[in-house]
Amino acid sequence: MAGTDIIIHDEKDNVGVVVIEKITPNQDCDCWIMENDKSVKIQSMDEIPLGHKIAMTDLNEGDTILKYGHDIGKVVKSIKKGEHVHVHNVKTKKW
Amino acid sequence: MEIPKTFLGYKREDGRTGTRNHVIILPVDDISNACAEAVANNIKGTIALPHSYGRLQFGADLELHFRTMIGTGKNPNVAAVIVIGIEPKWTKRIVDAIATTGKPVEGFSIEGVGDIDTIARVSKKAQEFSIWASEKQREERPISDLWISVKCGESDTTSGLASNPTVGNLMDKLEPLGVHLCFGETSELTGAETVCEKRGKTPEAQEKFRKTWSSYNDFILKEATDDLSESQPTAGNIAGGLTTIEEKAFGNFQKIGGCKFIDVLEPAEEPTKGPGLYFMDTSSAAAECVTLQAAGGFNLHLFPTGQGNIIGNPIEPVVKLTANPLTARTMSEHIDVDVSKILSREMNLDEAGDELIKATIRVANGRLTCAEALGHREFVMTKLYRSA
Repeated sequence: MAGTDIIIHDEKDNVGVVVIEKITPNQDCDCWIMENDKSVKIQSMDEIPLGHKIAMTDLNEGDTILKYGHDIGKVVKSIKKGEHVHVHNVKTKKW
Repeated sequence: MEIPKTFLGYKREDGRTGTRNHVIILPVDDISNACAEAVANNIKGTIALPHSYGRLQFGADLELHFRTMIGTGKNPNVAAVIVIGIEPKWTKRIVDAIATTGKPVEGFSIEGVGDIDTIARVSKKAQEFSIWASEKQREERPISDLWISVKCGESDTTSGLASNPTVGNLMDKLEPLGVHLCFGETSELTGAETVCEKRGKTPEAQEKFRKTWSSYNDFILKEATDDLSESQPTAGNIAGGLTTIEEKAFGNFQKIGGCKFIDVLEPAEEPTKGPGLYFMDTSSAAAECVTLQAAGGFNLHLFPTGQGNIIGNPIEPVVKLTANPLTARTMSEHIDVDVSKILSREMNLDEAGDELIKATIRVANGRLTCAEALGHREFVMTKLYRSA
């Protein structure tokens, strides 16, 4: 099963996690959805390191980020599909 | 994989089983550390457990101090205990409670005697205990005598993807065999608290969890000066790709697999409702949490890490696993089990869970963990508030 670049926990998730050392801009990435064992593809926009998240869809300010099928925070700066998702564009809804 | 039905442990007087055979020198308070360390230096086969507190504490904070001291002494990984305090009264309270296990325990106080004579007197008793304990032999004990605690640290997204679910897989396989299991980290379930609450086996357990989490969250909101962005997630978490506390919480929560918790424990409280999974109200700081779980009587700890937390504990062996291939490579001396092949899909969760069970039993049988070989002995008391 070599060749998985990104793992997505749940089919509902709008972000995936990079599982290779890094992905580079315009890279065609293979994604694996753990929940249903499906594969999808995405083209990256940014360089994204191991463990960091990529947007699987366009996201607007105020949108909810879903991972593990659950709410993990809100978008504070709009994000395009394929861009890096992290503390610069997503914040907690808790503290 | 057929899971072994037994492991080799030290049977104790109270029927519990130890995975280790320590003779500990336990200071009641900060100012008795010097004596305890001098004795442990003198007498081979003993370890001192220095810490920073034990004076002028009161109320719930003092109760927690006693519970942690007593629980540490009662832990089956401990063969015999020396307690040293500045005054006799608190020392005796700890000695008497540890003695209910039937293990050898003796208390000493320093006031009116001084360090040097105390060290001489204690050293004689410690030598006797050390030689006595050295004759204890491991024997075949049922797998249900394992009491396993879990806590993750320096987590990143690989923790939630692979190393925490590996621990969850182990729990799913060991829970039906009658093993005691424990998770904690109250604050780090924030965002996943309602999902976690539903994992309580009974309405009482759910209600207790809701109250415990709410009270911890109220305390954080009261003391927080900003959004805790420097603490939760930590800088290491953020470097590893974790963005919010909610994301960290859902990753953290993967450690319990599909298990349901039967009770909620106070910090350092010993479980009394039989085998199964317990939630303990703890801080999410690694050394504080593991110290409390060890005081609750747990005899082996599983610690998934992402970016590479290096914690150990003086009495409870800490088995570390990671799914982060960079951490496995750059910090290999800290990693007991490498499950990074899950990310490249060369290993599945079931196989990783089996690997972790094998490693757990080897460590229970006496194999040193990386943290033990490196001398990590973090013993950190949880302090609830200022002393009087």
